[in-house]
Amino acid sequence: MKRLGPGLIMALVAGFAFLYLPILALIAYSFNASRLVTVWGGFSTHWYGALMANQPLLDAAWLSIRLAFVSASVATALGTLAALALVRYGAFRGRTLFAGMVLAPLLMPEVITGLSLLLLFVSAQVERGFWTVTIAHATFSLGFACIVVQSRLAGFDRSLEEAARDLGATPIVTFWTVTLPLIWPAVAAAWMLAFTLSLDDLVIASFTTGPGATTLPMRLYSAVRLGVSPEINAACTIMIGAVALVVIAASLLLKRDQLASA
Amino acid sequence: MRTGNAPTRRLGRLVVAVPYLWLLLFFLAPFAIVLRMAFSDAATDLPPYAPHFQGFSQLGEFIAALDLENFRLLGDDPLYWQSYLYSLRIAALTTLIALAIGYPLAYAMASAPRRWQSLLLVLVILPFWTSFLIRVYAWIGILRPEGLLDMVLAGTGVTSEPLRLLNTEAAVLIGMVYSYLPFMVLPLFATLQKLDRSLLEAAADLGAPAWTAFATVTLPLSIPGILAGSALVFIPAVGEFVIPDLLGGPDTVMIGKVLWSEFFSNRDWPLASAVAVVLLFVLVAPLALLQRARLTRGGAA
Repeated sequence: MKRLGPGLIMALVAGFAFLYLPILALIAYSFNASRLVTVWGGFSTHWYGALMANQPLLDAAWLSIRLAFVSASVATALGTLAALALVRYGAFRGRTLFAGMVLAPLLMPEVITGLSLLLLFVSAQVERGFWTVTIAHATFSLGFACIVVQSRLAGFDRSLEEAARDLGATPIVTFWTVTLPLIWPAVAAAWMLAFTLSLDDLVIASFTTGPGATTLPMRLYSAVRLGVSPEINAACTIMIGAVALVVIAASLLLKRDQLASA
Repeated sequence: MRTGNAPTRRLGRLVVAVPYLWLLLFFLAPFAIVLRMAFSDAATDLPPYAPHFQGFSQLGEFIAALDLENFRLLGDDPLYWQSYLYSLRIAALTTLIALAIGYPLAYAMASAPRRWQSLLLVLVILPFWTSFLIRVYAWIGILRPEGLLDMVLAGTGVTSEPLRLLNTEAAVLIGMVYSYLPFMVLPLFATLQKLDRSLLEAAADLGAPAWTAFATVTLPLSIPGILAGSALVFIPAVGEFVIPDLLGGPDTVMIGKVLWSEFFSNRDWPLASAVAVVLLFVLVAPLALLQRARLTRGGAA
């Protein structure tokens, strides 16, 4: 099994071509001078300029970034606590219900999560907008954050914590000075996952938002429904570029961390 | 677990209580409200529903007056049960195609030299990090009449007729398989990578041809991965809304879209809630399957 046969190489090439060609085509056509998608009118950054003048889209992007920032922070804090609860405080009352509630939003169809949270906000007569979407996003990305931190906590040398406790550190001091520095790559990864999940969500945000809080996916969605335009391609390309930069930065950070701890 | 002193235990209780209360309030309570709403009448007021359930003091009265009208409508009007069946069909087809594409891919990844594997893994996960909406949008540009696919086919002389794939079931399937493929590949890769290669060597030493070894050793051992990947694709696919809405046409009415339009277009919140309650019941069986797959993998994941 050391060498890949031609069949397996074909499987790799075909699989990755399927995954990447659509995205590459989308990026290529954002630099098309022609408005027609079928005609290549030469290289141009015209659509990026047009994008910068599209104020509603820019406003929506800024709103989405702030919203993703807050909801990812809340989700990571709660997800880390949930992971500690599941890994460290093994047998508490209602653990099965708790574990179920942490994991269920990962699989729940988004239409159901969105509908149920909206009905909660309506029953509680909360004014809907930025904060209701933030709560909704924090709730559904909490489970993802928890899983990421949980895997790091599971392979964790507890003797370090016990040493700190034996030397007289309080549980809180131990957490801040020993546990958190050791699990921070997972916490950072959890935060970034929660951030992109929030930035990406259309369905839950559409249910839980109110007047004046239109997120970027909601704007893109209404634009996409009207058809293909190079301006949307340009917006998508910028988003793909931003995500690629964050993922590369994150993997470099993790690698440096692994080298340092090795 | 460990018996600490009083402040430690109090801190432990706090660590559990904060996320627990959050989830009770923002996950479990909303479901209770959906359930209550599903038994309500539609109203033209704002908010557009008239609840039957007024509190626990009138529980008896409530049960007596329990309004099953929404559920009766779901059974009577073929639109609803047909779109449930159609959603299950599309989700099943998506799962099968994703398995057919994902298994060879995961197998090749697991057979690749170790130093490539982490790079290949990142390459599978990376599209998952880019926006879902962007990936679906990319396919509109490819599949639409005179889009990229038609251009390539005409350019290579395969056919000059436009394929008209956009707004068909084929387009929905392509979009679904594309979006959910990483969910299939990741658990398959995890299972195949952990597979004990010495078993295959033993089969080869005993004279089994490569295909026999695959069918009798690799395939049975990778069943937990197949089940986990299938459940991870199938469950969210049943309730999918964005892909059938953007890539599908008038014939591809999935239940997620029905719920969406009952809610946003018809503003019938009680009926939308009833649709959601039934959808949850439909998903209980595959969820149980996933739970079993997780248990057979020794609780890993």
